[in-house]
Amino acid sequence: MNFGIFLEQIPDEGIAWWQNLASGLGWTLGTAFFAWILAFTLGSIIGVVRTTDKRWLVRLGDAYVELFRNIPLIVQFFIWYFVVPNVIPAVKAWVIAADPTDFQFLTAIVCLGLFTSARIAEQVRSGIQSLSQGQRNAGYAIGLTQTQTYRYVLLPMAYRIIIPPLTSEVMNLIKNTAVAYSIGLVELFFRTREMAEMTFRYFEVFAAATLIYMLIAFSANRVMAFIERRVAVPGYIGGGK
Amino acid sequence: MGGLDFAVIERALPYLMRGLQYTVQLTLVAALGGTVFGTLLAMARLSSFKPLALAAAGYVNLMRSLPLLLVIFWFYFLVPVLVQKLMGWELPPRIGPERSAYITFIMFEAAYFCEIMRAGIQSISRGQVGAAYAVGLTYWQAMQLIILPQAFRNMLPVLLTQSIILFQDVSLVSLLNVTDFVGAAVKIAQRDSRIVEMYLFVAIVYFIMCYTLSFMVKRLQHRIAIVR
Repeated sequence: MNFGIFLEQIPDEGIAWWQNLASGLGWTLGTAFFAWILAFTLGSIIGVVRTTDKRWLVRLGDAYVELFRNIPLIVQFFIWYFVVPNVIPAVKAWVIAADPTDFQFLTAIVCLGLFTSARIAEQVRSGIQSLSQGQRNAGYAIGLTQTQTYRYVLLPMAYRIIIPPLTSEVMNLIKNTAVAYSIGLVELFFRTREMAEMTFRYFEVFAAATLIYMLIAFSANRVMAFIERRVAVPGYIGGGK
Repeated sequence: MGGLDFAVIERALPYLMRGLQYTVQLTLVAALGGTVFGTLLAMARLSSFKPLALAAAGYVNLMRSLPLLLVIFWFYFLVPVLVQKLMGWELPPRIGPERSAYITFIMFEAAYFCEIMRAGIQSISRGQVGAAYAVGLTYWQAMQLIILPQAFRNMLPVLLTQSIILFQDVSLVSLLNVTDFVGAAVKIAQRDSRIVEMYLFVAIVYFIMCYTLSFMVKRLQHRIAIVR
């Protein structure tokens, strides 16, 4: 066992192995960050839509969630990366002109963003539905419109309730970025495998990756716990003093 | 858009079906193995013997913080080395990714099944445990006859839902060049350059299977809910 390998230079690259892994970590976190923004926005809209009284909107929202939940993530990656450019000429034209790295990065963000948004939509819906009907009625009774009721009464409570499952989704999203390896995105897992294959130091390299992923999971958990404490509503379970 | 040729699927169907068979087989073995090992882990996590509880919790948290893909590659190169050490052989055995995947998925899924079973065991009232001990049952008898049957029953829908997720996750072994359903499709897609048809077909098959299964789980959930 030799952990000094991380300090050694990569042949013909001019950087050390640890820097290569760090760059992979950067891509992992960057992808997860943008995918999360997309997932949270879309997931919130679809989750809200599924609790309204418009039947066709609810159906549409349900169909969206089922579509993204019942196809394996790697197949979704293949669809976005291989099928979509082949079927839509405009996308193909852009792909040919674009830098391959940009295309991989964008594909990963869109794929992971939509995949995660279906899960968030499910959480947002159950969060809203866990509130008593009285809260919605109270909103209407004091003269708020439906939009205002969601904005000022339902959503502030629902988001707080679903922070624990959202924490799991943040961590799942970060872990799922590893699947972007399948389309060649140079994220952390890609760099891990590359280094293991080139140095034959499987144990050391995988151990390092394991440690990094554990640290990410731990930090994501702490950040979400901090947010949960900051926004807690006094008087509710888990609320502040 | 022009020139889609769906006949390629018909020609490749026997090969694809063999891939699907491997996927289903791996899912079933991993779900069963994962449930057994996961239940043992859950009992360990709830044990009053602290070192055992800590070790089980550590294992579960480790597995749950790692991407499945990393775990798949870990086991792929670690299992032969471990078998070599255990057996005292001179060379590591050639196990191959197809077989190491069984061990990987049992070990990985056990962490997730453990959390489900732990919730199941904790959903049984303390009074039942006390009652079991009061009539003279041992720990293992109480678990086997009183606690676990009820925990399984309460958690059955969740266990099945997790198994559907597992069924989808198995597709990641295709990245180790295993010919599971996705792996078979990738190989055909590359050989016949029929990427669009192949991947759409795979997506549709997965969608129909998973949608039907999760619909059935939902039905089951309602039935169980009425009985209780």
